[in-house]
Amino acid sequence: MTSTTIPPLTGTITVDAPIERAFRVFTDAFGSWWPAEYHIGQADMATAILEPREGGRWYEQGVDGSECDWGRVLAWEPPHRLIVTWQINGQWQYDPDPAHASEIEIRFAADGPDRTTVTLEHRHLERLVDGQALRDGITGGGGWPSLLELFAKAATNQT
Amino acid sequence: MTTNGVEGLGLLGDPTRRAIFELLARRPSTVGELARQLPVTRPAVSQHLRVLKDGGLVVSQAQGTRRIYRLNPDGVTALRAYLDRVWAEALTTFAKAAQAAPVDPEQEDA
Repeated sequence: MTSTTIPPLTGTITVDAPIERAFRVFTDAFGSWWPAEYHIGQADMATAILEPREGGRWYEQGVDGSECDWGRVLAWEPPHRLIVTWQINGQWQYDPDPAHASEIEIRFAADGPDRTTVTLEHRHLERLVDGQALRDGITGGGGWPSLLELFAKAATNQT
Repeated sequence: MTTNGVEGLGLLGDPTRRAIFELLARRPSTVGELARQLPVTRPAVSQHLRVLKDGGLVVSQAQGTRRIYRLNPDGVTALRAYLDRVWAEALTTFAKAAQAAPVDPEQEDA
């Protein structure tokens, strides 16, 4: 089966913060804002850490001290640009194979001294999905239910 | 040709549509089964299903006299729509954190 190309996801948000602060909060303080229900470990998530360097790990830490990788830092260019891999597949599991790594590029642009526009692109999504595995998962009750349970939880928490 | 870019997010931006997506994620269902679990009428459920179907998140299949709705089994669009929601929420919480962060960090001294 040939792989399907999935269009990248994009998002933009403007924050009332200087570019350095925006970058610092996104990276150093990653665990302080990442919605805690989006995690892959068995244990509840205590925090998530993005190591501030090229080649750094991006991972979650459970309340029991366990760690689960999410991806790696590919580009570290404070305060303008950051690229990390997202290696969490359709089974909501970490896939260590770099060939299966999707990429997230986050760009920070100053709109003034106290205003920053943050643009995010999540691309190469097709690398995450082995077409057949995804098909089996969703029809045969593989890993999809847990992913969708997370979705359901997230949706329920929305007000 | 249209993509599901911003549309994917729009499709699940409506709370009833999200609830339908969530119910179908648990099990394929008919319009009537969905309507019984939601505070909306059958015609309203049908209307939402049509939007989800047009957006590629949901497919339907006739089974005798019943029509069963399920998430699109190729999964790709559903995964993408899911990640779309993740990022929309994450960027919002990030913006709040960035705006609430200390204005004058003493990083300069480091």
